[in-house]
Amino acid sequence: MNICEMTALELGAKIKSGEIKAPDAVRAVLDEIKKKDPYYSGGINAYLLTIEQEALERAEDVQKRIEAGEFEDSPLAGVPIAIKDNICTKGVKTTCASKILGDFKPPYDATVIEKLNAAGAVIIGKLNMDEFAMGSTGETSFYGETKNPWDHGRVTGGSSSGAAAAVAACEAPCALGSDTGGSIRQPASFCGVTGMKPTYGAVSRYGLIAYASSLDQIGPVAKDAADCAAILDIICGKDEMDGTSLDVEHKSYLDELSGDVSGLKIGIPKQCFGDGLNADVKAAVLGVAETLKAKGAEIEEFDMPLIDYAVPTYYIIAAAEASSNLSRFDGVKYGYRAEGFEDLTDLYMKTRSEGFGEEVKRRIMLGTFALSTGYYDAYYKKALQVKALIKKAFDEAYEKYDVILFPAAPTTAPKMGESLSDPLKMYLSDIYTVSVNLAGLPGISVPCGFDKDGMPIGAQLVGAPLGDHVILNAAYAYQQLTDYHKKAAEKFGKEAE
Amino acid sequence: MEITKDMVAYVAELSRLKLSDEEAETARKGLGEIIGYMDILNNIDTEGVEPMSHAFAVKNVMRDDVVRPSHDRAELLKNAPKADDEAIIVPRTVE
Amino acid sequence: MAWETVMGLEVHVELATKSKIFCSCTTEFGGEPNTHCCPICTGMPGTLPVVNRQVVNFAMKAGIALNCDITRYNKFDRKNYFYPDLPKAYQISQLYLPICRNGRVPIETESGLKKDIRIHEIHMEEDAGKLIHDEFNDETKCDYNRCGVPLIEIVSEPDFRSAEEVIAYLTKLKSTLEYLGVSDCKMQEGSMRADVNLSVRQAGTEEFGTRTEMKNLNSFKAISKAINYEAKRQIDVIERGGKVIQETRRWDDNKDKSYAMRSKENAQDYRYFPEPDLPPIEIDDEWYDATRDSLPELADAKKRRYMDELGLPEYDADMITGQKALADFFEETTALCGNPKEVSNWIMGELMRKLGDEGIEAKDMKLTPKALATLIELVGKKTINRNKAKEIFGIAFKEDLDVEKYVKDNNLEQVSDEGLVLDIVKKVIASNPKAVEDYNSGNKKASGFLMGQCMKELKGKGNPGVVNKLLNRELNK
Repeated sequence: MNICEMTALELGAKIKSGEIKAPDAVRAVLDEIKKKDPYYSGGINAYLLTIEQEALERAEDVQKRIEAGEFEDSPLAGVPIAIKDNICTKGVKTTCASKILGDFKPPYDATVIEKLNAAGAVIIGKLNMDEFAMGSTGETSFYGETKNPWDHGRVTGGSSSGAAAAVAACEAPCALGSDTGGSIRQPASFCGVTGMKPTYGAVSRYGLIAYASSLDQIGPVAKDAADCAAILDIICGKDEMDGTSLDVEHKSYLDELSGDVSGLKIGIPKQCFGDGLNADVKAAVLGVAETLKAKGAEIEEFDMPLIDYAVPTYYIIAAAEASSNLSRFDGVKYGYRAEGFEDLTDLYMKTRSEGFGEEVKRRIMLGTFALSTGYYDAYYKKALQVKALIKKAFDEAYEKYDVILFPAAPTTAPKMGESLSDPLKMYLSDIYTVSVNLAGLPGISVPCGFDKDGMPIGAQLVGAPLGDHVILNAAYAYQQLTDYHKKAAEKFGKEAE
Repeated sequence: MEITKDMVAYVAELSRLKLSDEEAETARKGLGEIIGYMDILNNIDTEGVEPMSHAFAVKNVMRDDVVRPSHDRAELLKNAPKADDEAIIVPRTVE
Repeated sequence: MAWETVMGLEVHVELATKSKIFCSCTTEFGGEPNTHCCPICTGMPGTLPVVNRQVVNFAMKAGIALNCDITRYNKFDRKNYFYPDLPKAYQISQLYLPICRNGRVPIETESGLKKDIRIHEIHMEEDAGKLIHDEFNDETKCDYNRCGVPLIEIVSEPDFRSAEEVIAYLTKLKSTLEYLGVSDCKMQEGSMRADVNLSVRQAGTEEFGTRTEMKNLNSFKAISKAINYEAKRQIDVIERGGKVIQETRRWDDNKDKSYAMRSKENAQDYRYFPEPDLPPIEIDDEWYDATRDSLPELADAKKRRYMDELGLPEYDADMITGQKALADFFEETTALCGNPKEVSNWIMGELMRKLGDEGIEAKDMKLTPKALATLIELVGKKTINRNKAKEIFGIAFKEDLDVEKYVKDNNLEQVSDEGLVLDIVKKVIASNPKAVEDYNSGNKKASGFLMGQCMKELKGKGNPGVVNKLLNRELNK
């Protein structure tokens, strides 16, 4: 097995044992990126930037420290990791794939970056994404769309397009993405990798450039659930810089993976398997229930009618917060500034009109509308009320079930260019992911099959608040019994040879 | 609900976005369709439901009143499109 | 036709915390531009606010002292607008659930009118930065040092009917907040700013007229002048058949006029919504009680105590408790010398005069309680006489003076030795035969002259009682 095919934990173990040197691991991954990624050579365009020099120096340093006995409790020391470009990296360009943040180099590191560094992980580059994390296909990036490694004519999903594509294509052992309404889980499902959105507040958002603050959460994208657990172990925890981060006693997610699902109560919401769900996806996801049932899990269907209201609720809340969060991009403090303005207002108008892409502008206007005088109660307040009802419905469900199972997306990856022309249709495709963010729940997407075209399908396991270990263990158990999660590495890792 | 041209202009101005006539018309149609869809929320009775801005009952997260050193000024200013040694510069504001 | 002026006040007060409301930068006034800043208060992407607990404590203290209901579950909201002094393009404030509501401030005006001013609400928020206009290059520089300095905004009901009431209210607010130690309330430095909403209506009518909002009022004097100017302007407009326009006006203290601020070209719609980055604040009984119990004695209670327990006249007690610095000075000095009446006399006399002459506030003076207490003790022990004491007071007012050492070093102790004084008295009588003659012929003025001569010989240090006694004895021999 070559370096690029290995999971992060496998690579970490080999680095720890001395079998592989950390700088060699970085070099292997960087070579892979050079081969497969460049946009203008028909590559998948998962990366916006690699930091070769820094990464190699850092790997040398980590290697020395490993040899000196450091990082003993750190299974990912020396392992390369790639970062979605909405997470601030000190002195390294962080653009949110937007023209408006052009050359922005943050003067500080996000908390998750500090934590990764402290654990000896080696950051190798910044990943492509939908502009400001707004998009479900990866196509809204100002720097070009990311291509699905399984079929370059299809989208990767989004907004963590680069994260899912890079991990699938073996251009990174693992990555950090962010998930506001499915931005980790949906592209993970389209690309055949494992992606997790932790409980809201489990991971500090300090340094994550906000899209919708009450919904945003950083999470891992990796080859399997065990890697996700190892990464979550590093990045989670209370942060005094983030007032919404949770102060919870954290055990090791990795150590808690037992693979035992006997007695695990899994609920299947009927409304998630009705019209509009692709038949292949439906069969594959229900297959997950069968597999876990065979290992002792208990499966039951239940009603969740409110799920149909999750999309409008989500888009009102997310757009409203975004309209405020994105106001600071005005051509004054950082990033792009338009030329030829007449006065201050004109500077704002020109800069923002030229600096933001179409989808971002649409959501800013939508959010501004929902908050404006005369419409606040009918839209924003109404959405917050429905959110309360959705949260309540989930709370009731978790009195009966440990895990809720449904698809990560109604279809497999659509063809390029099909979605952007019809934004409402694109929004509706988020039906299975957004409710999880509204209720602040942990959710993980695991590969569970392929459709008739050979495109990956993802199933979503959703847990109660702070039930991150429960869904990780369920996903781990499933991956012990199946090998869908290994297909990407088998297919794309071979190319490395 | 119907989104008018004036509403688009108002929202664009509040958002500090400049739209050409064509863009404004596209936005009017697009927003109209999306907002029209969102009106399905009116099917749900929310009478007496407390709006939920935070999904979890986290409260009273506060820091102590302790001063820490401020950031290097040059570092804070270096991303600005226009600045001198001590401050960001903008076109003259109206008084 | 009789007109009535109706006013409401919005008072912004900077809280005297050490660090900013949402980050750990210093709140210190001044400093080179942008040196009290960090990624959080300059609105860098990805940064998050975390509330300074002391801000909540201070706001709660102010609310309790101003007889408000404390909102036990309160939240922050975002107020959205674009301006270069606001780097996030939203101000974190409180709209839906402000920390205090329904307060009441009893006031008494100079002319003796007593009434209650109702407080609508008090909310916490962050200050904006300062814009420095560069006339030469026709551009504006942004100094973010003040960004994130904690403020409370105290919003009154439209209960004011005269400038006198407004000044009485502001004086009371200032005194109360100073006593609480939550703000230094310096109008000149902008740590206390009042915006006046004013309208006029015919006396006896209920309906409010169209109001204007006046800003940039930097002193009580300016507020008084601006109110009278604006009331007259509005009445003139109406009497000439015009209509008052709802607008914001800026007071120009140099020209004694207000000007309509060019109405912002853009629509104002602040789109307030709950701040998602800050969890709500819940004040339980324990926290509330601890805060309430920590409140210091405020002016009204102090005044009553000074009158009832220390025997001060009402006028004196009122003056001294009017400023926290003065009351503190009074109490510390009294603690040192044990003579409240004498301390009060000095404050009401010499100290008030000096403060008036120098045009400074008690909190900025150099005079120490120790200095005045020592002076009072030395006069009491007759070590120095009162005139000498006043001279020394003049010096101690300007610099930190060790009075005892000064008296000793300059050999200022009072002369009470009868032998020494008698020699002088005899010498003066001998060398002023004309005055003695006048005295003997019944001209009592002459005794004053002779007394003065004796004191002059004694370099002003003679114990007046002793000198007077011996001079009379010798003259009547």
